[in-house]
Amino acid sequence: MRPVLLPETIDGLWDIMDTYPDAMIYSGGTDLLLMMRKGIFNPPSLICLERLETLKCVSENDLEIAIGAVTTHTQLLNNNKICTHYPVLVKALKVLGSPHIRNMGTIGGNIMTASPAGDTLPALYVLGAEVELWSKKEKRKMLIDEFITGPGRTLIKPGEILGRILIPKSPLYNIHHYEKVGLRKAMACSVATFAAVLNLNENKRVDSIRMAWGSVGPCIKTIPEAESMLTSRQLTTEHLKKMADIVRKIVLPISDIRASETYRKQLAGNLVKRLIIYNYDEYKEAHGK
Amino acid sequence: MKIKFILNGEKKTIETEPDQRVIDLLREDYNLTGTKDACGSGECGACTIMVNGETRLSCLMLVAQLEGCDITTIENIEKDQFLESVQKTFVEEGAVQCGFCTPGMILTAADMIHKKKILSTQDIREGISGNLCRCTGYQNIVAAIDVAAKKSGKVSGL
Repeated sequence: MRPVLLPETIDGLWDIMDTYPDAMIYSGGTDLLLMMRKGIFNPPSLICLERLETLKCVSENDLEIAIGAVTTHTQLLNNNKICTHYPVLVKALKVLGSPHIRNMGTIGGNIMTASPAGDTLPALYVLGAEVELWSKKEKRKMLIDEFITGPGRTLIKPGEILGRILIPKSPLYNIHHYEKVGLRKAMACSVATFAAVLNLNENKRVDSIRMAWGSVGPCIKTIPEAESMLTSRQLTTEHLKKMADIVRKIVLPISDIRASETYRKQLAGNLVKRLIIYNYDEYKEAHGK
Repeated sequence: MKIKFILNGEKKTIETEPDQRVIDLLREDYNLTGTKDACGSGECGACTIMVNGETRLSCLMLVAQLEGCDITTIENIEKDQFLESVQKTFVEEGAVQCGFCTPGMILTAADMIHKKKILSTQDIREGISGNLCRCTGYQNIVAAIDVAAKKSGKVSGL
């Protein structure tokens, strides 16, 4: 028999973590319990965070919105603050798993699983999200792209949990784009994902842009040089074509059951080119033209 | 470990292993075999149950998580008129072939109709996107949910 502990307070959690130092921590269970069933993990005990109400809320101050790590995807989709400020995250959440998986899975779980195919991750990268790590003694924070170091690997230390995700309210972007390519619409692990937030001015010139790709390398891929190349330029088919060629050279996808390396490289570039098709309409809507 | 919870409206206390899957508890300990065990990995929705008013997959939940919770399985159809009416609509509309996905589909459909004021075809299709039917197609299932929604006074655009 394996103990399963469900702390209801943070102090209770620290006590349990002291008593069961080798326990694995989970919340929705949509990844960990699956891995355990496959025999990949066999922890001596489990700590489930789903009853920690303090980690289930969305709060804000002037600068940022803080999301408790065990807030479910469904709760985020129903949250006005998230819908207003971060459409790119909402678009990612809508294509994550299925309604049942979204009722169970949490944003903190999606980060801690640190899969290259984690659907919320590209959105969190472009928004400049930070993770706030809690331990009995202290809280520390770092950018999500520094925190995730490889497939399933993060900089979390023993005795720490992911407490909150902090997303800055500025800069504001007038275009939030997210696209997922999978073998079917629901319940599909992605072949590739692409998130972009940008500011287009009235002349269709890019004032600022951030882009991130999922499933095309061991970690979510950002390409700062590509972002600088697009900045202050017109968002034209020609520029995006050039950008797509650069992206295809930089990404390092693998071949797996879902797609080949060659296909994913082609796709990573094509997803950038589609910025012109999808977002200009949205931009026009936003500007009432 | 002793666990207390409400199962289909009845208080239950059971001495059991905390790391057992909820689906195994329901099927083996309570003989509630309406909840189906198929993929075991959260992809098919055949094991859908309601926990505190939300759909959940009982293959990805451990028994310890049930402490103090209110659980509804498809067997609650005996007591819940609305659930029963959704089931009847499924039969009338021919939305059942082998029936294996049906308990999960009915619970998901009932939840959808409960929660949303107006259900479009798109809402219905997205709503059942976590429940797989491998017999035929989804046309009759979508139609049945639409009819059930209309019967319960919710307008839809099918």
